[in-house]
Parts: sequence; C-alpha cells; structure tokens
Amino acid sequence: MNSESVDAGTTVLSARRISKSFNGVQVLFSVDFDLRAGEIHALMGENGAGKSTLVKILSGFEQPTSGEILLDGNPIKLPPNGAAEALGIVIIHQEFNLAEHLTVTESLFLGREVTRFGVLDRKYMRSEARRVLDLLGSHVDENAMISSLSIADKQMVEIAKAISRDARVVFMDEPTAVLSREETNFLFRQVRKLRDQGTSFVFVSHKLDEVMELTDRVTVLRDGQWIKTSRTAILDGEAIAQLMVGRELSSLYPAKSEPNVDEETALSVKGLSTGYVQDASFDVRKGEIIGFSGMIGSGRTELMEAIAGLRPRTAGEVVIKGEAVLSGDVHAANRCGLAYMTKDRKSKGLLLNSGMMANLTLQSLDKHGKFGYLSPSSEASALERARRRFDIRVRDGSVAARRMSGGNQQKLLLAKVMETEPDIIIIDEPTRGIDVGTKQQIYHFISALARDGRSIIVVSSEMPEVIGLCTRVAVMREGQIVGMLEGDEISEQEIMRYAAGLKKKAAA
Amino acid sequence: MSVNEESREIRRRSWRDIDLRAVAPFAALVLLLIVGALVNPNFIGLTNLANVATRSAFIAIIAVGATFVISSGDLDLSVGSMVAFVASLMILFMNSGAIADPALMLTAAVVLTVIIGAGCGLLNGLITTVGRIEPFIATLGTMGIYRGLTTWLSQGGAITLREPELQTLYRPAYFGSILGVPVPIVVILAVTAVAAFVLYRTRYGRHVVAVGSNSDVARYSGIPVNRVRTIAFVIQGLCVAIAVLLYVPRLGSTSATTGILWELQAITAVVVGGTALKGGAGRVWGTICGAFILELVGNIMLLSNFISEYLIGAIQGSIIIIAMLVQRSLVRKS
Repeated sequence: MNSESVDAGTTVLSARRISKSFNGVQVLFSVDFDLRAGEIHALMGENGAGKSTLVKILSGFEQPTSGEILLDGNPIKLPPNGAAEALGIVIIHQEFNLAEHLTVTESLFLGREVTRFGVLDRKYMRSEARRVLDLLGSHVDENAMISSLSIADKQMVEIAKAISRDARVVFMDEPTAVLSREETNFLFRQVRKLRDQGTSFVFVSHKLDEVMELTDRVTVLRDGQWIKTSRTAILDGEAIAQLMVGRELSSLYPAKSEPNVDEETALSVKGLSTGYVQDASFDVRKGEIIGFSGMIGSGRTELMEAIAGLRPRTAGEVVIKGEAVLSGDVHAANRCGLAYMTKDRKSKGLLLNSGMMANLTLQSLDKHGKFGYLSPSSEASALERARRRFDIRVRDGSVAARRMSGGNQQKLLLAKVMETEPDIIIIDEPTRGIDVGTKQQIYHFISALARDGRSIIVVSSEMPEVIGLCTRVAVMREGQIVGMLEGDEISEQEIMRYAAGLKKKAAA
Repeated sequence: MSVNEESREIRRRSWRDIDLRAVAPFAALVLLLIVGALVNPNFIGLTNLANVATRSAFIAIIAVGATFVISSGDLDLSVGSMVAFVASLMILFMNSGAIADPALMLTAAVVLTVIIGAGCGLLNGLITTVGRIEPFIATLGTMGIYRGLTTWLSQGGAITLREPELQTLYRPAYFGSILGVPVPIVVILAVTAVAAFVLYRTRYGRHVVAVGSNSDVARYSGIPVNRVRTIAFVIQGLCVAIAVLLYVPRLGSTSATTGILWELQAITAVVVGGTALKGGAGRVWGTICGAFILELVGNIMLLSNFISEYLIGAIQGSIIIIAMLVQRSLVRKS
C-alpha cells in the first residue's frame, strides 16, 4: 500500500462515498474514486452506469446528494457551472461547448480574454492559440470560424481549450468518438506528454483498445456502483468487459428468431444520399430485426429520417412493399406502413405538457372519428388498450407526459408509433436513458413485434443492444454503410472494427 | 404511507395546474362584477351588462380567431388594420351599385366580405409559413399594408354607406335582437361555440395545439405543420370578417382610424383568458371572458369617478402584464 502510493504519486482529487439521486431515482451509490497526480485514469461502464454523473460531480457541474470530494486531501465543495476551472479542474464535454460564430482564437480565450490597457490583445492571443494547436499537432487555422470546422477539428479545439487553461485535472468524455485514428494518436501523444509533466486525466470511453493503450488505471462502474479499480496493465479487455456487464446478457434479451430466407422484402433502400449520408443501400425482410450501429454522428439518424420522409434525399430510392416513395413525403411513407420513432422523445416525440391520450393518438387521429370530428370514447379505449399492451404505469391517466418517468415516456412513445399500425418500424435508440427493467420490457416488445411479421430497424449506440436483438447488423461510418454483419460475425470487436474504419466491406 | 401521501400530492398538483388557469379568468370576471356593483348599482342591471357584452362583440370575435393563431404558436398583429380594410371594401362594394336589388346586394356584400377576410388571413399565413418570416414581423408588415390601403381608399377621410335602403335593411344585424337577445351577443356565442368545437373536438384542433406546443413533435408525428398554421391565420381572417359584418351596420362608415389598437385588445383578451402566448394551450371560452373583462373595466371606469376614462389604454396595458404575471406564477407552482 505504502510503496504503491509512493511510486504512483499523490492523490489530487478524490470522491468519498458519493451518492446522487435525480428526482428520487438514485444513479450513484456510495462511489469511491481517486485520481493521482500524473496518471491517466479510465472510467468505464455501460451507458447508464453513472460515468457521466460522476464526472459532472467531480467537476462541479452537479452536487452530490451525499458524500464528499477532496482536493489535495482537503474536503471541498466544488463551485458550479464550470467555475471549478479556476481550481485547475477542466472538463472536455461530449457535446461541444463552442459558440459557432467565434473564431478558434476567440473560443480558446472565451471568458479569460487577454487585454492590454483594457483593449483586447489579439496578437498575443492569436500566437498563443497557434502555440497550443501546434503542441497538439493540429493544423486548424487559429483564425477560422468554429462553424467552418469539421467535427474532429472542433473536438481538437475543445481539447486545446482545456489544455491552454493550465489544467491539473482534465476530464475527457469520449474524446475520440469523432476522431480519426491519426488524430487520436496525436491526442494520445499529447496527453501522455502532459501526464509526464504532472497533469491528471480521467478518460471516459467505451473503446477497450484505447483504454488498454493509453491509461494507467481503470475504474469500472456498473448500475451506479463502484465495481473495481485496478492497474490497467494487469487486466485485459475481456476482463474489463466482464466487469462492466456483470450479468448474464441472455436474460436481458429475448431469444432471436430469424426470418425465413425466402421471406418477402418489406423495405428496400437503394443508393440513398442525403446531406452527410452517401449511397446507402440495404433491404429489410418481413419479420426481421436489423440493427444499425456506428459512432455518434455517423449518419444513422439522417439516413433513417430520409427513409421516413422527414428529410429530403438528394439521390436514391426507397421502396416500401414494392411501392416507390417520393423524397421528403412523410405521409406517403406512413401510408405504406412505415413509421419512425425518434430518439429524442422529449423534444421530438412527446408533447410534454399534454396528457397521455393527446400524445397517444396524435399520429393516428384519423382512426378516431369522421370528417375531422374526434370521438372521446374511441380515444379512451385506445388509451386503455395501449396501457395494457405496453404496460404503461401511471397512477393517474390525466398526468402530463413531463411528469412520467423516462421508461413510461418511452413506452408511451412506442405505443404512439404503434397506433399507426405500421409494418416497418424504425426505432432510433430504443432504450436511451431508461432503467434496466424497462429496457428488458422494450426488448421483448420489439421481439414480439417482429414475430408478428413486422420488420424492425433498431438504431442504437449501445452495442450490446444491437448484438442482443438483431439478426443482421449494418455498421455506419462517416455517412456510409461500411459493413453488414450476420450470425456469428455480430460481435463488439467486429462492429468496432468497421465503425472505427479498420475494416470495410469488400464491395457493395 | 409515503406512497399514499405522494400520490395525494401528485393528484393535488395536477388539480391545481389543470383547473386554476382555466378558472382564473372567470374568477376575475366575477370579482369585477362585484366591484362594479359596489361602485354603481346601475352597473349590475341587465341592460347595462347586455350593453357591455354587445360592445365587446368586435374584440371578442376577433380574439376567438386570435386564440387559434396564438395556440398554434404564431401571432397576428394585423387584425385591427384588417378590420378597417375589409370594412372599407365592403362599403365601397355596396356603394358601387353593382347589384340593383338591395337584398341581393347585401348577400353579395356579405359573401365578398367573408372571402376578403379569409384572403387577408391567407396572405398572413403564407407570408409566415411559405415565406418563413417571423409572424411578428410578417403581420407587422401587413398591418402597415392594410392600414395604408384603407387610408388610400378613403383618401384620409371616411367611407360611408350611402344607400339608405341598404342601411335600413342591414341595421338589424347590429341593433336587432333574437328572442330578446341582442344579435351581437348571439353571434359571439355562436362563433365561440363553433370555435370551441373545432379546437377541442376535431382533428384540426388537436393539430393546432400540437403545433403550438412543439412543432418538432408535430412534424415527427406526420402533421402538416405549415398547413395547420396557415389555416389558423385563415380562421383569424374569417373572424375579422364576421366582426366587420357587425361593425358596418353599427355606424355605416369606416375611416383610416377604424380598429386602431384592436390587435392589442384582442391579444389581451386571449392572454387574460388563459391561453399561453407561447402556444400550445387554447381556451376559447376564456378568451370570450377576457374580452368581457376588458369591456367591463372600461365600463366601470366610465360609471365611477375614481379614474379618468382617458386612462383606459393604460389600464388595458396593465391588465395584459398582470395576466402574464398571474399565468407565470400559476405555471411555476405546478
């Protein structure tokens, strides 16, 4: 113990028995965490394990419900809203925090502009920005507008911003999700250099290989609980994955049922292009569950929205049950029996101020009366049916959607989409932000729908979900479908190889 | 135990947010009636109240249309100018003598007025949706256009219905009564009943509320958002036309100053009635209540000697601010 702490340096920032609840739902259970000076510490866990919450608490963006935080061994209450930067604690956000209309230099110095006699010292700031960017090996022009940068370059600016603040502790939440291998290498080299100078890093990532390559220690969280902290070198990827999952996957997912090979094609997409997405082609058979995997920003949602007619396509065709559908025509797609369920249930899926009934029938009002008149009794019976079918548990039927739990909201959204009686359902992120119990229910609903002869496209960033549900998995990268996996090929490593651009399908 | 308490708490909270906002305008109305009765005993008499209701007809009917526009998340500032413009065209048509038979002429004028009103609303709607201009700016523009055209048509003066025969024929439309109830009150009730049916009981009404409360959700639910918004503007235009049909027989004349600041009064009536200005919740009966409240306040000021009636604009302006404050505090509580 003693010898280890000597050789590994002193603890900079630590959490003692941190717990956190949101609206009565506990997401962290008495978690311990310590970060030493000059180490790169990986924080791992499945989505919803509590990584982001812990990061937010350790950087002051959230306050813990109980427990304490120690900085240099002294208890401290971190100031909120990023004011912890003054203490040398910097966070590189997963969602970019850059103002689109500023230049790179202005972004780097936002909030701590350098002045001479009260006037902005632009020359100094520009040269300083250049210096930091060079340090990172980035070719980004310091005078460029943020809005003109690629996603990867924006990430680089975000990182440069953190580094230029003389940080002691840097939190990086999935920093490589949008970076190429080369850019990732630059970043890692720089991170190692800063570590050797004494800066500490917390590295949140799903990518096992990067964790193995870069980090000194690993802490694994599962369902809001601390599971293990260990030196990275004595673990292998398999062991970490085991720690992260911790439960039998088979119980979470229903048994897969493959459709017959000669089953008719329900949906056929040929050479579709829209915005970022280029030349996407695939078929879905009746009764099939097909998964779409890939990094965030790989164009999956754009592709699905184009198929559903929610955004125009620039090329290609969509054929639903033998009928070609015009570009950007939601109604035609709906009429042919295709429905799209958004991943963004709060801002695109549900009317949060309305009750369950108004939400449930919004997409299918034609069913509830003639000549535009709505029959209250018909709607009420639809609601009763949906509540039973999808097990929506709400004490009072008139409660506004915003008061419902995430899981119930998601079930309501699924019920709403199913009210249109679609044959092809595109479900974008079926279980984002909901608890494990409800996840399992939703997986079983999806499976039952497929057994009913409906075709389902599951778009998900959670690999276990795609692997556990789907009989085929398409992998997207930079707007293209780069791989189509079947049967035994469907594994996390294989998907990751395609998603990271290490492997590409032979020919389309 | 605690679960029970929690459920009771939730029930009480949902009681509060569903009902208070809907009930508040009617409570304010009752309060005003009591205050009025205390100020002047004549106030509470049926004749006076019927008078007040009759005079509120123009704003009430226009505000019913505004309820649709505001519920769908838009705003129409042009209604006051639109009244002047539509009324001018109606009187000019009746003065043109294009049709000899007075009854036929009047029928044609009514149809024309409705078409022009709907057309003006359609124009507002298309500029806002197809032109993708903020409704505030779009209708600020048409407000100037309708007002300017009226001034030009009237050459800065008044446009007066000349045909005496037509005047006599048309007069009862404002001054007459059906079963003892003044026609304007009957029209208010009829317009409101139809509007309430459309807003609460039809697919279109549901779409209006969905678009106003979150246009992205509406779009992802396959609702033709722009069509819904445009139709709301057309409904507003139709309501303006109905108000004009009552307005013209009253004075038989219009001028460049007809309907000035009516848009403010209409919006005030809607907001006082409990419709959220940012869209998503329409209360048609509340709107009517709001229009009565505005007229009642004026009436009380007239009958009392506390406040000069010249301050009426200031009082109405204060009412809209107070109504917004009350609305927000009710929202925050829930």
